[in-house]
Amino acid sequence: MCIEANLFLEGDVKQALEAAAESETSDTGKSVLAQLKENMEIAENERIPVCQDTGMAVVFLDVGQDVHFTGGDISEAVNEGVRQGYTEGYLRKSVVSDPIERVNTGDNTPAVIHFDIVPGDKVRITVAPKGFGSENMSRIFMLKPADGIEGVKQAVIDTALEAGPNACPPFVIGVGIGGDFEKCAILAKRALTRSIARDSSEAADVTDSSSAARPAYADTLEDELLARINETGLGPAGLGGKNTALSVNVETFPTHIAGLPVAVCICCHVNRHKVRII
Amino acid sequence: MKDNKQIKLKLPLSKEGAALLRAGDTVLLTGVVYAARDAAHKRMTELINEAESKGSDPAGGLPFPVQGAAVYYMGPSPAPPGKVIGSAGPTTSGRMDKYTPKLLDMGLTVMIGKGRRSDAVNEAIVRNGCVYLAAVGGAGALLAKCIKSSELIAYEDLGAEAVRRLYVEDFPAIVVTDSRGECLYDR
Repeated sequence: MCIEANLFLEGDVKQALEAAAESETSDTGKSVLAQLKENMEIAENERIPVCQDTGMAVVFLDVGQDVHFTGGDISEAVNEGVRQGYTEGYLRKSVVSDPIERVNTGDNTPAVIHFDIVPGDKVRITVAPKGFGSENMSRIFMLKPADGIEGVKQAVIDTALEAGPNACPPFVIGVGIGGDFEKCAILAKRALTRSIARDSSEAADVTDSSSAARPAYADTLEDELLARINETGLGPAGLGGKNTALSVNVETFPTHIAGLPVAVCICCHVNRHKVRII
Repeated sequence: MKDNKQIKLKLPLSKEGAALLRAGDTVLLTGVVYAARDAAHKRMTELINEAESKGSDPAGGLPFPVQGAAVYYMGPSPAPPGKVIGSAGPTTSGRMDKYTPKLLDMGLTVMIGKGRRSDAVNEAIVRNGCVYLAAVGGAGALLAKCIKSSELIAYEDLGAEAVRRLYVEDFPAIVVTDSRGECLYDR
């Protein structure tokens, strides 16, 4: 799954890039999007990663409560998969064993694993390798309730503008609203794994027990944010144009009377995720 | 952007050559570039500081001659069998800002990466008549096709962050900061 995610972009991302290439009006923007499209084709045909930053492996495991794992440590099993995938797939090993001492682990482990216990007897595995050019530009804001939806919008737009050319636009932007400090961050990351094609059934599919029922304002908020971010003119590669973001995906959760946490997770156009249910 | 040109550029680039480039020009680079990113920059800077404190040549211990060189902020994915290199697109240049002014003062002429630079780097670009170019971030598979040879020349223990000598042909990039300090991202 690590290999597939890094070599083949999902259809929704491909379609969004193609639509962006058609709608772009800036010459530089057109040229950048043409390069990205060609890059995608070369990656598929020649089996080399779309981007050299094949990411830190983020894995969401939604485990049915009737499932019982036997024969070993499930986290170690995930890490063994990452180890094999990154080695056999000629993917870059980008993980260091300690944030200060910084010695490369040599096999891209450990993965960041998020476990969620859900009803049922299946395990849903989502592998989402995350590059750090964009991860470094992600932000968390602990807003005041009085800041309201306008405060949320401003936080997302400011983050996208600050990310600018560093984070390889056109972006896919995951926004987590509510919960607490860490919950909003996980919602934002998880929002990136949702299909970016606007299709409510797909959205519902990913809205699992960890996020709330989708509020009525969510679709409008996503559309407005996408439009306003594209109006900034930052454009592909930050060199000007109308395609700064391909999608804004919002997830929400109940929060405390005193708070309005907002996490904005920026992802470049190489928004990689593979899902398998076993 | 109408005044901007597409230019075939041979490396190494002289300071006179660098002075002719303008922010927004698109270039196709042919010649040698050195791939070095975070960890290699840190190590090179430690060597420079150590040499300076001993009064010896600061460039003496470096893995490549900095004078006149082009550096590419890039750590590739491993080369699959039969390929020169794996995916090989630019990384965010801003992380190298802390180390860069010193290297520019020592003669580094061309930098290739993506994203904004610090004021200190921009000042050093103008002071030394250098250029900062951007390649398209996320186009690693496409850019790899322009890399015709790759030789690991130092710091093998750093893995993807080791220093590599690359020969590139018609490698596409755009001038972000020219030698006068004009920056394309500010437009």
